[in-house]
Amino acid sequence: MDKLDIVKSRATVIFKDNIDTDILIPKNYLKSTKRTGFADALFAPWRYDETGQPVEDFPLNQEVNKGNQILIAGENFGCGSSREHAAWALQDFGFKVVIAGSYSPIFYMNYLNNLKLPLVLGRAEREALIDANTEITVNLIDKTVRSGDLCFAFEIENVYREKLLKGQDGVEEILQYIDLIEEHEKKYGK
Amino acid sequence: MQKTLFDKIWEKHVIVTKDDKDLLYIDLHLIHEVTSPQAFEGLRLKNRKLRRPDRTFATMDHNTPTIAAHRAEITDQLSAEQLNSLAANCAEFGVTLFDMDSEYNGIVHMIGPELGLSLPGKTIVCGDSHTATHGALGALAFGIGTSEVEDVFATQCMWQTKPKTMGVKITGKPAENIFAKDIILKLIAENGVSFGTGYAIEYYGDTIENMPVEERLSLCNMSIEGGAKFGIIKPDQKTLDYIEGRLYTPKGEEFEKFKASISDLYTDDESLFDKIITLDVTDLKPQVSYGTNPAMTVDIDQAFPEIKSPEDQTAYQYMGLKPGMKAADIPVEFVFIGSCTNGRITDLRIAAKVMEDKTIADNITCVVVPGSMQVLKQAEQEGLVDIFERAGCEMRMPGCSYCLAMNEDRIAPETHCASTSNRNFEGRQGDRSRTHLMSPYLAAKTAIEGRISLG
Repeated sequence: MDKLDIVKSRATVIFKDNIDTDILIPKNYLKSTKRTGFADALFAPWRYDETGQPVEDFPLNQEVNKGNQILIAGENFGCGSSREHAAWALQDFGFKVVIAGSYSPIFYMNYLNNLKLPLVLGRAEREALIDANTEITVNLIDKTVRSGDLCFAFEIENVYREKLLKGQDGVEEILQYIDLIEEHEKKYGK
Repeated sequence: MQKTLFDKIWEKHVIVTKDDKDLLYIDLHLIHEVTSPQAFEGLRLKNRKLRRPDRTFATMDHNTPTIAAHRAEITDQLSAEQLNSLAANCAEFGVTLFDMDSEYNGIVHMIGPELGLSLPGKTIVCGDSHTATHGALGALAFGIGTSEVEDVFATQCMWQTKPKTMGVKITGKPAENIFAKDIILKLIAENGVSFGTGYAIEYYGDTIENMPVEERLSLCNMSIEGGAKFGIIKPDQKTLDYIEGRLYTPKGEEFEKFKASISDLYTDDESLFDKIITLDVTDLKPQVSYGTNPAMTVDIDQAFPEIKSPEDQTAYQYMGLKPGMKAADIPVEFVFIGSCTNGRITDLRIAAKVMEDKTIADNITCVVVPGSMQVLKQAEQEGLVDIFERAGCEMRMPGCSYCLAMNEDRIAPETHCASTSNRNFEGRQGDRSRTHLMSPYLAAKTAIEGRISLG
């Protein structure tokens, strides 16, 4: 997987709280046994009408938002089901960064584990970015978000920052400690 | 040093600490057909083994038909493929699978406790957000994503940042018609859908001490609906009585040893919690959700609140309801009794007691889906199935069913469903379906009365 350090893009804005994973990708798209192919499913309940046609004014369908790699949302993003398909759908659609006020803990890890950035910014900062309505530069190296004259610092756990910057494979990272794992298994029996 | 119950179990499972995250050893990994195929594929691509097949158990639940005749041949090709690939993957990697023909088949969060796999002091993960259910037995249990499923497959470990701890103190003796479901819905209604984000919740207090284990499982089950990945309850004599003698529970002398090994599993002092919230359930009324997230919940006799945000506006519009209406005004047509929240034998007993010698209202379709084959068998033996069928309910085979509507069990568009499940999100029970969360007691009453009412 590709590492992530700097992302430059305009943002698509779906500024709602509690966007749950049933909205990000409904269950009828979960029957795949693959990790890819979910781009068309992203936000399906809001993106398509009852006949399956795109809803014109929904942000993902607007021409102006085409190719955006950043999504700005509200609080408690990705709540509900643990389905990693939500992270895969965002990734397949092209979103490398989500900027929200807070995340559901399971989604947060799922997005990171696909080497994508769940970035936390306060409401005022997100509103300023939305008002600026121009290209945003997310820089994971110096932990800043810039857009026009705006510059906001953000926080992220150091280990996850490192993981994204290096593009680390999860299992490899754990296997470094295989001796300690075996020791634990011996100590606590089978 | 004094510690919380959560910290005691956590620390025993830390392999190594790296900056702000710990590598945790996982004692039990439960899997199902929806969130595991990509993880198995990951192992194959990198030519890796599944490290501990003996600590990994699989069931089929999310996709499985609940109509008996449909289980033999599944017509939905994608569902069939997902189920078949689970069977093939389990065979290839040596994992025990409780498939649809197994007497131990059931929803993943039913079978763990039921079979004595989920035990106090263990770390338990599953690719499903309702895994906190198992925390009711004093285990550290949490939902994970598929990348993490693959990590655990390959290494039996995964990275986690240790959450803060929150004590949720429940006090008072609730009325007879009040259950764990009402308590968790009230907690979420009062504190919001993300009050637990970043925390592991320990439920305690006299109400919890007096609560049967099955009810504790329902309570912990919905921790994620309040934002918390973990919900845990101190193991006590009730817990020991519950786990003893189950299929995988240690037996005889081993059980005595096991009991000794968990004797320190309690929080030394409540002042150790990073935060405490309280709820007195003495006067708690039955709870009903009216909106599109679990915090949009009111007392049964309370008017739905005014619109305060665009989210409220959207929710009312979606549900076809208005502020000022009450639960009894909802035109309910469907009642679903089941799910990992309320598909246990105790839940079916509660519902059957309400329905005994009665028939469901003409405007209602009521479907009862037991959480597992064991529950179904027990319900048959106790005569509960007869009670449901005589009342006019449809009795089904076990599975997740109408809770997430991934199989053929779906609520029709704009139909209001009184449901014992855990989520009332848009489209959760089927396209444009309208869910009202409640206890099995109130769901059964609703079926009889034809509207949400205690009668």
